Amino acid sequence: MAAAAAALRHLATGARLAPRGRAGGPLPPYLQQLQQRRGFRVSAPAAIQVTVRDALNQALDEELERDERVFLLGEEVAQYDGAYKISRGLWKKYGDKRVIDTPISEMGFAGIAVGAAMAGLRPVCEFMTFNFSMQAIDQVINSAAKTCYMSAGSIAVPIVFRGPNGAAAGVAAQHSQCFAAWYGHCPGLKVVSPWSAEDAKGLLKASIRDDNPVVMLENELLYGVPFEMSEQAQSKEFLIPIGKAKVERQGTHVTVVSHSRPVGHCMEAATVLAKEGVECEVINLRSIRPMDIETVEASVVKTNHLVTVEGGWPQFGVGAEICARIMEGPAFNYLDAPAVRVTGADVPMPYAKILEDNCLPQVKDIVFAVKKALNI
Amino acid sequence: MRKMLLAALSRVLQGPAAAGRTGAVSEASRVMVASRNYGDFASEASFEIKKCDLHRLEEGPSTTAVMTREEGLHYYKTMQTIRRMELKSDQLYKQKIIRGFCHLYDGQEACCVGIEAAIKPTDHVITAYRAHGFTFTRGVPVREILAELTGRKGGCAKGKGGSMHMYTKNFYGGNGIVGAQVPLGAGIALACKYFGKNEVCLALYGDGAANQGQIFETYNMAALWKLPCIFICENNRYGMGTSVERAAASTDYYKRGYFIPGLRVDGMDVLCVREAVKFAADYCRAGKGPLVMELQTYRYHGHSMSDPGISYRTREEIQEVRSKSDPITLLKDRMVNNNLASVEELKEIDVAVRKEIEEAAQFATTDPEPPLEELGHHIYFNEPPFEVRGPNQWIKYKSVS
Repeated sequence: MAAAAAALRHLATGARLAPRGRAGGPLPPYLQQLQQRRGFRVSAPAAIQVTVRDALNQALDEELERDERVFLLGEEVAQYDGAYKISRGLWKKYGDKRVIDTPISEMGFAGIAVGAAMAGLRPVCEFMTFNFSMQAIDQVINSAAKTCYMSAGSIAVPIVFRGPNGAAAGVAAQHSQCFAAWYGHCPGLKVVSPWSAEDAKGLLKASIRDDNPVVMLENELLYGVPFEMSEQAQSKEFLIPIGKAKVERQGTHVTVVSHSRPVGHCMEAATVLAKEGVECEVINLRSIRPMDIETVEASVVKTNHLVTVEGGWPQFGVGAEICARIMEGPAFNYLDAPAVRVTGADVPMPYAKILEDNCLPQVKDIVFAVKKALNI
Repeated sequence: MRKMLLAALSRVLQGPAAAGRTGAVSEASRVMVASRNYGDFASEASFEIKKCDLHRLEEGPSTTAVMTREEGLHYYKTMQTIRRMELKSDQLYKQKIIRGFCHLYDGQEACCVGIEAAIKPTDHVITAYRAHGFTFTRGVPVREILAELTGRKGGCAKGKGGSMHMYTKNFYGGNGIVGAQVPLGAGIALACKYFGKNEVCLALYGDGAANQGQIFETYNMAALWKLPCIFICENNRYGMGTSVERAAASTDYYKRGYFIPGLRVDGMDVLCVREAVKFAADYCRAGKGPLVMELQTYRYHGHSMSDPGISYRTREEIQEVRSKSDPITLLKDRMVNNNLASVEELKEIDVAVRKEIEEAAQFATTDPEPPLEELGHHIYFNEPPFEVRGPNQWIKYKSVS
C-alpha cells in the first residue's frame, strides 16, 4: 500500500517518469516488485530528475541567498543568463551587485576576483570554458593557490573558479582541453570534477563554503543531462565533502576509476560487461585534489584489477597519478595485472566527427581495456 | 635640570659686566650652547609644494602643505628607519645571511611614508616586490621584517614568504609576479565598495609593470564599475635595467589610464605625496571612481641585490639625486629651516634608529629557522589536519591550518 501511495504521490508532483537513469543505484525491493507487477517505471520516493544545469543553478541560488558575501562574476553571467544558462534567473533575482558581467578580460577579472576574496568576499568566478583560464592561470596559481602558504596562514582566498572543462562537440583543438592534470598538480588548490546532478550541486555548494581556492571542472555535454536527485540532495544543506570519491556501482572483478563525463561511459561499459559476466566496480573520483586514493585502494584490494578512464591526455594525467599512487601503496600487492589507462588520444582535438569521436574514450575502449586488464 | 644648567652657563659666559644690561650680549656669549629648549620650536609650518601635472582633472591637490612638528618628526623617523633597514638588508645580503631576492627601497621612502600619512589604517594597500618600506608603514615591526628576510620563525610570515611575500592587516603584500597585484588591488577596491565602509584601496606598481596588459584590463573594469581604487605608479625611471624611454611608447604614466584622471607627483617630497594621496582618497571616497597617480621617484640600489645598478645608469646620476633630491635630506632641511626641529634633535633620532635596526638585525640573525615540522602547514585555511607528501612516499609532513 505504502509503495502504491508513494508512486501516486510521485505522479502528483508532476515529476517526469523517465526510464531509470544509470545515475541511481538499484531500486529498493518493494519498488522493484511494483515495477514488475504494475509495469510502472518509478524512481525512489520523492526523488526527482534534475539536469546538471539546474542543479548548478540551484546551488548558486541557494548559496547567494545564504551568504551575502557570495557573488558571481564572469562573461555573460548576468544579463545573458550565462553562456550555458547556468546562472539563469540569478541576475534578475539578485541584481548588479551580486551577479556581475565582465568584459572579455580573463586575467583582469580573475585577479579582481582573487583580490575580492582576499578582502573578505566569496566570489564565484566563471570561465566561459577552462581553455580561457589559461589567460588567467597566473592569478589562479600564483595569487590564489599559494597565498595562504606564503602568508603563513594569515590571508585566506575563499574563491571558486568554475566552468566547463574538456571536450564538447566539434569545438576543435583550442576549445577542448582538459585541465584536470594542470590544476590538480598544484598544492594550495582544491580541484573537483562532478559527474551527476547531485555531484554538481553538492560539490558547488561545498566549494563555495570552503575557505580555500577551488577549481570546479564541469562539462558542457553534461549540462543538459538529467540525473536522479534524491530527496536528501534536494535539501538546501546538501553538501558533498571535497576529497571523497563515490562508488557508483559495486563490482568484484575490476576497479574502473573515472571522473566527470567518462563516468557515464564507464557505467555503460559496466552494463555491457555485466552481460558477459564481468562485474565492474565503478568509482567516481569527484575530487581530483585532494584525491581519494583510499577508496580506489580498497577497491583494488577487492578486485585485483585496475582501469583508469579520463578525457584528458595520457602524459602526466589523472590516470598516471592514480597508477603511481597505487604502486606506492598497499594495493600494489593485490594487483594481478598492470593497471590499464584509457585516456584522450595524444593529439590536439580534431574537428571532423569521426576523428573527434576516436580521440575520446568510448564505451568500446573501456570494455576493451577491462578485458585486457582481465586478460579475457 | 638642563634649563637651569643652560641658564647658569649662559650667565657665566655673559660675564659679570652684562648682568645688569638687557639686550647686550658679550663676545663670550656668542658661543652657542648645543641644546635648545624645546619650547623654542614652532608647532607647525606651511610649505609651498610642487604643483602636480593633471590629466582630465580641473583641479589638483593643494600647492600648500601644512606640517606640524610632530608630523615632521614622525615622517623623519619613519623614513630614516626604512633607509637604515634597507641598508642593513644590503649588508646582511652581502654576508649571505639573506638569500634569494632582495629588492631595496632606499631613495623611495617619501612614497610609502607620504602615502601612509594620507590614508587611514582601515584603507588597503597592495604593492609589488619592492615592499619592505610599505610593510613597515603598514605596521610590521622592523625585527619581523628582517627576520622574514633572514628566513626565521620570528619573521612576519614565519619564514614561509621571504622578501616578496610580507603581509599584515590591510596590506596584501609583497607580490612576486610583475603587474599581478594591480587586478588584485582593484578586487580589494571592489570589496571596499561592496561592503560600503568608505574604504579605498591603493594598488602600486612600477614603471616596468605599467606596460602589463592586465593593468589595462584593470583600468577598464575599475572605471566601468567606479571602483574606489587609486592606481599608483612608482616611476623610478628604470624597470630592472631598462630605462623608461626604452620600454614605453609613452612615459606619461599618469596618462596611461586614458579615460581615468591622473596626477603626476614629485615622489621625493613626502608632503607632495601626502597631499596628492589625500586628494586622490577624497576623490575615490566620493564615489567618482578610480584615479591614476605617478610618483616620480628614484632608487639608489640596483633593481635587486644581484644588480649593481650602474650598467644602465651613471654613478653621476645616482650622486646627483642623492645630493639634490634625497627625501630625508629634503625633509630635514625643511624642518630645520622652519624651526620645526634642530639638527641635534634629528641626529638623536638617527642614533635611536640605528640602535633599533641593530637590535632588529641581532634578532634576525639569532632567531631560529622555522621547525621542519611546519613545512607542510598553511597549505589550506581553516582545514582539518592532513598529510602532505615529502620528497618521497615515506616522508610525510603534517599540514595544519
